[in-house]
Amino acid sequence: MNTPGSGEIVQFDNVGLRYGTEREVLSDVSFTLYPGSFYFLTGASGAGKTSLLKLLYLSQRPSRGGIRIFGTDAITMPREKLPALRRRLGVVFQEFRLVSHLSAFDNVALPLRVAGFAESEIAKPVADMLEWVGLADRMSARPATLSGGEQQRVAIARAVIGRPQLLVADEPTGNVDPDMAVKLLRLFEALNRLGTTVVVATHDVHLLKKVPDSLIMRLDKGRLSDPTGALKYPPRRSGSPT
Amino acid sequence: MKRPLKLFPIGGRSMSGAAQAELLPQARMAGPIPWVIAIMVMLMVIAVAGGLALRNVARTAANELSGGITVQLVEARPEVRNAQARQASQILSALPGVSQVVQVPQAEVDALVEPWLGGDIDEADVPVPAMVDARLDGKITPERLMVIRNALRNQIPSARVDAQSSWLTPVFGAIASLQWLALALVLLLGLATVAAVLLATRTALGSNRETIEIVHLLGGTDQQIARIFQRSTALAAAEGGVAGLAAAITVVVLIGRRFAGLGSGMATGGALSWIDWLIVAAVPLLGIALATATARWTVLRALERML
Ligand SMILES: Nc1ncnc2c1ncn2[C@@H]1O[C@H](COP(=O)(O)OP(=O)(O)OP(=O)(O)O)[C@@H](O)[C@H]1O
Ligand SMILES: [Mg+2]
Repeated sequence: MNTPGSGEIVQFDNVGLRYGTEREVLSDVSFTLYPGSFYFLTGASGAGKTSLLKLLYLSQRPSRGGIRIFGTDAITMPREKLPALRRRLGVVFQEFRLVSHLSAFDNVALPLRVAGFAESEIAKPVADMLEWVGLADRMSARPATLSGGEQQRVAIARAVIGRPQLLVADEPTGNVDPDMAVKLLRLFEALNRLGTTVVVATHDVHLLKKVPDSLIMRLDKGRLSDPTGALKYPPRRSGSPT
Repeated sequence: MKRPLKLFPIGGRSMSGAAQAELLPQARMAGPIPWVIAIMVMLMVIAVAGGLALRNVARTAANELSGGITVQLVEARPEVRNAQARQASQILSALPGVSQVVQVPQAEVDALVEPWLGGDIDEADVPVPAMVDARLDGKITPERLMVIRNALRNQIPSARVDAQSSWLTPVFGAIASLQWLALALVLLLGLATVAAVLLATRTALGSNRETIEIVHLLGGTDQQIARIFQRSTALAAAEGGVAGLAAAITVVVLIGRRFAGLGSGMATGGALSWIDWLIVAAVPLLGIALATATARWTVLRALERML
């Protein structure tokens, strides 16, 4: 299944990105993400982590270079194909981006509703998920009445509820205490074990050690370095054939 | 770590046959849109009802008058006048293709001229003519009128023969132009409705931009987003449409009663039939459809410019 060379989830080929006419915030970024792997993306503030993730979750087009996601060319793909690809992604945005006039429950239910699930199929999974992230008693609260950490957990619950093929999380533990951070990482690992490829952007180096099998990509002023060799070789994971 | 497994019970992406969940609650269209639509619908309904009433007036009058002729006998001495009227009736009845010869009762003729001459007509001062109505089978042509005129004038030189429709031609022309005016009003009001909905939808799009972007990023399609706006517009339009229709019907019924009170055949001929009422009731439906389609089109156009 995870045979090297087959079924890459994401391929970046010499990608560059500039906002407007300013200098490039990402330059010559090339890498491949393989199914079932767990990646950390690190780098100083302003290094371009969020920018790279935006390309990954199809909210931004690159200025140059090629991007393939789920085997589809993201540059030439027509607009109508975007929704189907986005439904295979789970995203935790750095600023959460919860819908302000929806309750925590409805925010978490949104991806399932978008995907066309019936209300009867939604209620229990959403409630269970909110309970797991410790928000059982805040289900009907609006985002504005939640603390930063609580909002972050709603955002995470919304990203994972549909069991995406690729989970992209931008500083997902920035607003929670260390215990909750570890707990949320366990959630990502559980999802990863079910086959989801996970990419977590963070500048918290302590977090990296918490996931032993993870691969690390580092951004430095818009250029990618590869301390664990993750990007050159397909990852070797226990259980995969050579 | 067995517990989290339970957290992801939704595996496949199979669409169930059950009713799909609502994406977002229907945000009520804020602002003046229901009011604007209520006013537009009210004006449109009144214009349509007025146009239909005018058409009915014209039709009734045309039916009553086509084939009709009137003979006027102007003669100061009442006895002579009456004798002439009887004679004219006999001559007309004897002509081929002429039927329903009726001498208009003097009371009716008096009533006809009363608005101009006042109630107490002194026979000596103002000679009121005697009138004889008749119907011709088939169309009235100038030739047939000439034949009738000649037949009458041989005996009664003062007899005047008119086709009833001819002196109403200018009235029909005026009614026709009023109908065009009503149609133009309906079209202009429709245009104004489209413009108002367009602006309101754009405003709503602007203030919901963040939500729209989020729904997009979660895989929502343009159609799904358009449906949200479309539905809230339809709801607002329905509210406005019902209110506007109710107000307009009140106005139309009240005006209709006043016209019916005139008792004149011309005015009651404008009464709306049940088909007319159906057309009137369809106006708000049309307004709602127009508003909804406008909202949908506006949203889809705006979304095309988003990634
Ligand atoms: N929308 C934008 N328009 C213009 N410049 C931008 C925009 N977004 C980001 N930038 C610039 O791009 C660079 C990279 O920003 P980015 O948000 O990707 O960094 P980051 O690594 O995520 O930082 P942080 O760790 O603080 O979140 C920064 O210099 C930033 O100023
Ligand atoms: Mg960032």
